[in-house]
Amino acid sequence: MSEDGLLTACAVPPPPGSEADQFPIRVRGLKNAFGDHVIHENLDLDVRRGEILGVVGGSGTGKSVLMRSIIGLQIPEAGSIEVLGSPITDARDDDDIDIRCRWGILFQGGALFSTLTVAENVEVPLREFYPEITDALRHEIARYKVLLSGLPAEATGKYPSELSGGMKKRAGLARALALDPELLFLDEPTAGLDPIGAAAFDQLIRSLQQTLGLTVFLITHDLDTLYEICDRVAVIADKRVIAVGTIPELIATDHPWIKSYFNGPRGRAALAASERSDALGIGAGAANKHSGALGTAGDQA
Amino acid sequence: MRASADFSTEQGADGATTLVFSGPMTVSALGFIDQRLRALEGPFAAIDLSHASRIDTVGAWTAWSLSQRLGAPITGASPEAERLIAAISAVDDNTSPVAGHRLPLLLRVPDHVGQVVSGLGQGMLLVLGFLGQIVLASGTLLRHPGRFRLRALVHQMELMGVNALAIIGLMSFLVGIVIAQQGAVQLRQFGAEIYTVNLVGRLSLRELGILMTAIMVAGRSGSAFAAQLGTMKLTEEIDAMRTIGVSPIEALVIPRLLATMLMMPLLGIYSAAIGIIGGAALSALTLGIPFFTFLARIQEVVPLHDVWVGLIKGPVFGLIVATSGCFQGLQVKSDAEEVGTRTTAAVVMAIFMVIVLDAFFAVFFSEVGWG
Repeated sequence: MSEDGLLTACAVPPPPGSEADQFPIRVRGLKNAFGDHVIHENLDLDVRRGEILGVVGGSGTGKSVLMRSIIGLQIPEAGSIEVLGSPITDARDDDDIDIRCRWGILFQGGALFSTLTVAENVEVPLREFYPEITDALRHEIARYKVLLSGLPAEATGKYPSELSGGMKKRAGLARALALDPELLFLDEPTAGLDPIGAAAFDQLIRSLQQTLGLTVFLITHDLDTLYEICDRVAVIADKRVIAVGTIPELIATDHPWIKSYFNGPRGRAALAASERSDALGIGAGAANKHSGALGTAGDQA
Repeated sequence: MRASADFSTEQGADGATTLVFSGPMTVSALGFIDQRLRALEGPFAAIDLSHASRIDTVGAWTAWSLSQRLGAPITGASPEAERLIAAISAVDDNTSPVAGHRLPLLLRVPDHVGQVVSGLGQGMLLVLGFLGQIVLASGTLLRHPGRFRLRALVHQMELMGVNALAIIGLMSFLVGIVIAQQGAVQLRQFGAEIYTVNLVGRLSLRELGILMTAIMVAGRSGSAFAAQLGTMKLTEEIDAMRTIGVSPIEALVIPRLLATMLMMPLLGIYSAAIGIIGGAALSALTLGIPFFTFLARIQEVVPLHDVWVGLIKGPVFGLIVATSGCFQGLQVKSDAEEVGTRTTAAVVMAIFMVIVLDAFFAVFFSEVGWG
């Protein structure tokens, strides 16, 4: 129990301008291994405040393992991880990670609690961290978060088994946003969505990120997502982050994997699509206007 | 210590009242003042946010819903606050209620009772349908014996039969000891301690061996069947089987059913034998009946039809346990909680049916002269 008598304490944000404030996520010398199988070796990564960082890499290169290490679900063999100024790797048990109220996580399948309705799912973190919030306010918060994630109001009373895959992702996003986090982790948010739904989800993430001032750590295989909304992209290969930068910067490097990734037929198609949408005034460069041009983007892509 | 949000009312020069927020308007701070805010009565000329130190969507929602309710405009909002308020007011007009909150208690009880009753009737039909499916699948397998899954059958026999030997043996041994000990105490009053042999032998072979085994198998394997099939249903494995053309009844249910029906009489006899050994061990230690004399007496006092009674009940109990496990597992539709309730239902249904049928068997066999 903390001093103010609450069950779950919440950390104080770092002072503005400090290193921890500038880089919400800092990973140094990370090593992860399952038995003899080494996933990461000497991996370094910095995520800047207020950016959307895309993480790419071939299947099995440990993108999800990296995310699980950062959020404290996977104990690394070596290295240090700092999130919002708090060391994750030195935490002795779950209770030591008191920054959990300042991040939100969207798992690949949504990971909604299957016995609770969508609204109740969103209310879980609120109940856990802020028990003083009245029922009325909590219901209202849950409702506008669900609506903000692009679900209709009727969805609040539905159970996860009654939702489609895309709706589950949106509901998962609503739960990830429940506490107004500074940091959002997204594990393949557009996987399994149709192209129009995926484009709409990309724009939703972009607009939420800009409105709420989020820092986003985004794992994806979706090249359109990379071109449309990511400020920088980190490439995982050879057990570490081999390059971080904007897509033009990455294409300029001569690593064979990066070259074949961005210059393959899919990479070129995504680039062409993003150039078309830039010409229409949407995409990462001009995402403020996204909502009006959404329908056009779907038609063009 | 968390900083708390606060608000005050200020009387302007023109007599109009302004609501002024101060401190952080965030999710961590607003919970403490929400009740007071909801009790506020207007009229207010404006809601002033210029003294709020920070704001998040919860602060934006609070300010916006308050301004809607009191009809007062928001003033002094930072660009950040304005952006958040615009984003929220664009999606939520505060009219639709939060759906899906539960019925009031007075309605919930009759609602639940009604659901259970109608569920019972449907459940009976579903069980009948399930048995029909099993019969059909058995017919198909008889016509195409090549499709029978021998490996699955052997695997299930190992899981539910061989792996249960230790626990069933221990349980039966202890039950044998208890019967012998309690029986001896009562029979001693007539000086008829030697009848402990009859008691242990007949009870183990006729009733307790197979009954205790059925209860143990229902707990061990009936529950496992329900949880396995239920989880496979949730992960769409069973749907995948259907689309490939593999019948889940043939591939999953029949091997489990057959394995249980084959192993149950064997386990029952094994359990009875161990129970008799337990009884003999106790008699040797406390009643002065030598171990092998006890076993020899068993042959004399237990009629052969007692063995048949136990053996006949075995496959029937096995059928009940495996059917209820597989049936409940395949009924799972929605979520993880249902796997739990269905598993419970499988075990409860199996044990209850086993005991009911055991009572029928007791009457039946004594009527046909196998008393």
